[in-house]
Amino acid sequence: MVGSRVLRPAAQLLRSSPSVLPRCSFQKVTAPVAASRWRRTYASPSGSKEMTVRDALNEAMAEEMEKNSKVFVLGEEVGQYNGAYKVTKGLLDRFGEKRVIDSPITESGFCGLTVGAALAGLHPICEFMTFNFAMQAIDQIINSAAKTHYMSGGIQPCNITFRGPNGFASGVGAQHSQDYSAWYGSIPGLKVVAPYSAEDAKGLLKAAIRDPNPVVVLENELLYGLSFPMSEEAQSDEFVLPFGKAKIERPGKDLTMVTLSRCVGQCLVAAEMLKSKYGVEAEVINLRSVKPLDVEAIIKSVKKTGHMMAVESGFPSFGVGAELIALTAEYAFDYLEAPPVRVTGAEVPTPYAQCLEEMSFPSEQLIADYAAKLLRL
Amino acid sequence: MLSKFAPRAFTAPVRYNAGAPLRAAFRPVMVARRTVTTDAASSHADKEDVPDSDDAPFQVKLSDEAFETYELDPPPYTLDTTKGELKKMYYDMVAVRRMEMAADRLYKEKKVRGFCHLSTGQEAVAVGIEHGIEKTDHIITAYRCHGFAMMRGGSVRSIIGELLGRREGIAHGKGGSMHMFSTGFYGGNGIVGAQVPVGAGIGFADQYLGKSSVTLSLYGDGASNQGQVFEAFNMAKLWNLPVIFACENNKYGMGTASARSSALPEYYKRGQFIPGLKINGMDVLAVKAAAEFGKQWCAAGKGPLVYEFVTYRYGGHSMSDPGTTYRTREEIQRMRSTNDPIAGLKLKILEWEVASEEELKAIDRKAREHVDEEVAAAEAMEAPHATQEVLYEDIYVRGSEPEFLRGRTPEENFYYPERPVQVPKSPAQT
Repeated sequence: MVGSRVLRPAAQLLRSSPSVLPRCSFQKVTAPVAASRWRRTYASPSGSKEMTVRDALNEAMAEEMEKNSKVFVLGEEVGQYNGAYKVTKGLLDRFGEKRVIDSPITESGFCGLTVGAALAGLHPICEFMTFNFAMQAIDQIINSAAKTHYMSGGIQPCNITFRGPNGFASGVGAQHSQDYSAWYGSIPGLKVVAPYSAEDAKGLLKAAIRDPNPVVVLENELLYGLSFPMSEEAQSDEFVLPFGKAKIERPGKDLTMVTLSRCVGQCLVAAEMLKSKYGVEAEVINLRSVKPLDVEAIIKSVKKTGHMMAVESGFPSFGVGAELIALTAEYAFDYLEAPPVRVTGAEVPTPYAQCLEEMSFPSEQLIADYAAKLLRL
Repeated sequence: MLSKFAPRAFTAPVRYNAGAPLRAAFRPVMVARRTVTTDAASSHADKEDVPDSDDAPFQVKLSDEAFETYELDPPPYTLDTTKGELKKMYYDMVAVRRMEMAADRLYKEKKVRGFCHLSTGQEAVAVGIEHGIEKTDHIITAYRCHGFAMMRGGSVRSIIGELLGRREGIAHGKGGSMHMFSTGFYGGNGIVGAQVPVGAGIGFADQYLGKSSVTLSLYGDGASNQGQVFEAFNMAKLWNLPVIFACENNKYGMGTASARSSALPEYYKRGQFIPGLKINGMDVLAVKAAAEFGKQWCAAGKGPLVYEFVTYRYGGHSMSDPGTTYRTREEIQRMRSTNDPIAGLKLKILEWEVASEEELKAIDRKAREHVDEEVAAAEAMEAPHATQEVLYEDIYVRGSEPEFLRGRTPEENFYYPERPVQVPKSPAQT
């Protein structure tokens, strides 16, 4: 009964998924190469072009700022420095100091300030150098931004976008490596997205800026420099992606891998490893949106494959993986042929030394091996 | 006179005096230094200057103890007003107090849930500010917000209705005592100090949009030590924002006397690089004069100000606090009997022959009757329907909701009906 509600047909569901899975071997284990090779075979080659996630984010902001004078960017080093990770590169030159504002290092303060500006009718993009620093400001994001519309009885909207890199990078240690997807994903009143590819980045960030609610855009530093194909459609300045719709990055019949952000690329590589080694087809679902979450896409896939694996890089306890498995158990228990499993970050404050850091987060090999175990291969 | 020689008599109640000499030793000796009075009846006007007509302007001289300044030339010690305005201010303060008394009663009758923070004694701040600014200006404050909500245009019935958790409450029963919003009023915020940078952001928006409005970002002496208050000061000064950071110093953050929480309890000086003004917050005329001055200051592009309204709360911090464990009954009694903002204005109105005793009684009666009628109307309001539609409305802007939100069980999931995105006009965009 409930299931039928969740599982009602969605016309757009498979729109962006490829109908033919290209055959190519993945020598390298870098996700972007894998993804771009794979995508090239079906994306219309004429209009498609390569673009880094960084440039896609930059383009999204520039287009929205061009379109709406109420949109402005405020954050640490977004202007003269061109962005700590160069995501806002060139925006100062293009839009001037009024709309690209270098903030002092004062997260709680500038986050509160942008929330106030949003309450007063502007559409701020509040950049955090990383979401680790946004912990200083999480009260403003949750209590001042997410809850105000409800608390005011619907008279006080807050159109604001919080964005910045989330999750671990390389060798940055415990305080700069945390994944906050589960933190923000649990808050009613927020929308939360986690783009993987350049198309995701552009479409989701533009949608976030336009959305009249507070939206948290969880980017990933390790994805910034990676190139992905941008379809002709995605190159348009009207390209937005809907929230709450996952993308099937790779269709498959034997196993459902539900994942987000950087782990999407890892799962695509792992799926290819599973295919070449065991001949099994894993379906890789890129969540795109953490809140709202596309339960329907997950359940539909699990009904088909009978096997569910959640892959994410956050801490395991009470995390995104836990939520995905709980939902699967609630809505698709009868279709499961084996207990649902999750691959997550380890329950460890991220260590500095490379060999230890590698043990703390999912790797392609680990994902593939664990999937093989789940499938009893 | 009390304030001149013993300005901290309220700050440091008797029980803390043991430590006072020690602390005093570190304080620079100030010779013949003027301090702000909390005398609510310290302004002056000549009877002969008061015109007959309610609308004709005349000038009131404020006490030279109405203000104290920090890196600032003092505002004029005169205030232009009318008889009509004085009577309106009197009415407003009486109405706010009457409403707070009603809230007190309803709470004690167990009809108000959760928290309830009353502003009895502090009425001159909300009323004086409103009379000094325009409707297009902005106010944001903390949880002691009923008076501000009313002065910003919230009806008594909608405010009391909110306390009672009614559908027709100012936030449809979703906010409660601490969360009330209306045009130009951004709450009603429950996290101590967090509203201060938000207020700076409202001022930022005004500057961005080229408006000449001013934002008053209010907080208490308790909140003044929050780090983000200083963060907001820094950005406001850096970017020359049209914001008045206004500390309502009612001497106690919950039960902690200001001198026990603040290394520098002179809150108007705490902007460091921002000019400050300390104001007699018990004299509604001084408050209005300060608000007018600040509005002009900000409109002239001179950047932020830090205000300190010296005031006093008669009741406890909230309804569960009798308010007598950290201060003496004598102190409360003294403030009530000698510094009351309503009694102070009343004295002046009579002295200046703005209105007769009978007229004031009529105003009292009118305010009382109005509030009582509104409270009765609020009590007659219905609670929100306990339906999913009501529970789940307004979590997101209408038309932009997710497909569904989860209930306590999946069976209770709420599916939003499909509707086009309709972005409501922000109340700030009037």
